[in-house]
Amino acid sequence: MSFSKYISGIFKALKSLIGGMRETWKELWTKKVTMQYPENRKTLVISDRWRSELIMPHDENNEHACTACGICMMNCPNGTITVTPKMIETEDGKKKKILDTHIWNYGTCTFCNLCVITCPSNAIIFNNDFEGAVFNKSKLIHQLNHEGSKLREKKKEPVAVKTPTTTSSDSTATPATNKDEIISKVKENNSLTASVGGNDSTNVEKTVEQPKQTNNNKDKTNE
Amino acid sequence: MLLLNYSQPLELSGIIESVDTFLRTNMSPGWATFVEGVIVCVAILALYCIIALALIYIERKITAFFQARLGPNRLGPYGVIQSIADMVKILIKEIIHINRSDKFLFYAAPFFVIVSSFLAFGVIPFGIDLQAIDFNIGVFFYTAASSIGIIGVLLAGWSSNNKYSMLGAMRSGAQFVSYELSAGFALMTIVVLSGTMQFSELVEGQRYCWNLFNGHISSIIAFIIFMISGHAETNRGPFDLPEAESELTAGYHTEYSGLTFGFFYLAEYLNMFIYCSIATTVFLGGWMPIQIPGLDALNEVMWYIPSYVWFFGKTGLLIFLSLWVRWSFPRLRIDHLLNLEWKYLLPINLVNLLVMVVIVLTDTSLAGLFPSLLATN
Repeated sequence: MSFSKYISGIFKALKSLIGGMRETWKELWTKKVTMQYPENRKTLVISDRWRSELIMPHDENNEHACTACGICMMNCPNGTITVTPKMIETEDGKKKKILDTHIWNYGTCTFCNLCVITCPSNAIIFNNDFEGAVFNKSKLIHQLNHEGSKLREKKKEPVAVKTPTTTSSDSTATPATNKDEIISKVKENNSLTASVGGNDSTNVEKTVEQPKQTNNNKDKTNE
Repeated sequence: MLLLNYSQPLELSGIIESVDTFLRTNMSPGWATFVEGVIVCVAILALYCIIALALIYIERKITAFFQARLGPNRLGPYGVIQSIADMVKILIKEIIHINRSDKFLFYAAPFFVIVSSFLAFGVIPFGIDLQAIDFNIGVFFYTAASSIGIIGVLLAGWSSNNKYSMLGAMRSGAQFVSYELSAGFALMTIVVLSGTMQFSELVEGQRYCWNLFNGHISSIIAFIIFMISGHAETNRGPFDLPEAESELTAGYHTEYSGLTFGFFYLAEYLNMFIYCSIATTVFLGGWMPIQIPGLDALNEVMWYIPSYVWFFGKTGLLIFLSLWVRWSFPRLRIDHLLNLEWKYLLPINLVNLLVMVVIVLTDTSLAGLFPSLLATN
């Protein structure tokens, strides 16, 4: 190493060091990126695609779009959704299957979105409400359909609207026990992790009468 | 002294003097000296801890700002109580006993480190009359006292019965011994310039012209070398390879916990402060306010700001510089580190010392060139 190289090396090094310090000096005055979470709740922006809690949107008449077909339950990979339909008799004497309870377990959900994609009537969606922590495991089990809600009819005469109101009045009485039963069943499923799949498949056979093929077709059209 | 020409309303000399006369009127001279000694000890210990806590908080904040974060902000306003909480945590932690370690050396090591730090801390002139003891060889005493710390580090690494600790200690030893050399030479350059090793005389000599400017080119080189070797000696900045987290977990203090670790931690932070304060005293005029000969009005205003504020202000500036450097540069490799010292800093330093001798002999320092403007007496 020649002497001139030695000297020029020192100055080169000094120059690059000062360049580095200039960069950090700029960084010192930049806007800080820290998000102070609990305080910035109001300005917090969560991505639209963020999946946090499964909900069933209800309109102002307390009506939802779920036909209790059970496709979401069938598609759920780990038995997180339990759909319980019930049969009612409409005024003109026809038997009709409506939704009794739609139970979703926050604790076992993997947020894969399969239920939302496959739902033929777009009755359920994931919302942005990410603060789902609770102190009790049983609070993780959500019933998605509201108390006394009914299926949204497709432009029917007022006769059809009347009938569900009668059913809704007795649905407040009977489903209460029904719902408790299902919640306890879901809890059982959770505790018997090994038999979750088996239990579910039996549930599916009991409660769902939709043929599998239509389900697949709907899948494709939806996607 | 010349200083008394100016009014200094906020200085602490009055309080110190009254305490002294009170003790001496009420006690025999021997007891009065003893009690004063105890008071000074307690004051220094308290100051040591307070400065350490403040430094840890300031360092964490500034570090965060350099990384576009906010730093501690939960405990108290702007997180000011954070370091006190950390201290309490470290005090109540268990001191873990390491199997097959050298018990005596293991527990003695932190004391070497902290005692050397205390000794060096004791000679710093914080302001007018705010110096525990004013040796006539103050600079030399500082160099000697701060070198004891490395024994503690080596003992810690050796007695821990841990490869990483051992490697860290060896690196630290190599680094410290090397850079002590250039730090000593840089100080020697200034001692040549000012002709004294006593801190009070060093400060007084820089009344109108800081040593940093007085020896112009030679002083500036000495200052840069002193700051670089300071970083290296305190295991900070780009020279933190003795405790390189990613390679050696924590280096020589890997096996320490609780208070024993706290000692190392405290000493590391305080060594940075001590280093910066020595640099302040030797190069930047210590506690002396900025004085311009002839402008008496300005000088008087400057004296209204108490000397300890000047001292901590200048030291704070240097600490900020040290943090700035720390968060700018990547860590050096051990061979690069030693290259830097033995192939660059040391030869430059030796030449620089000679240049300074020539400057002093030919009387071409700034004070020598413009005696009417800058000479002290």
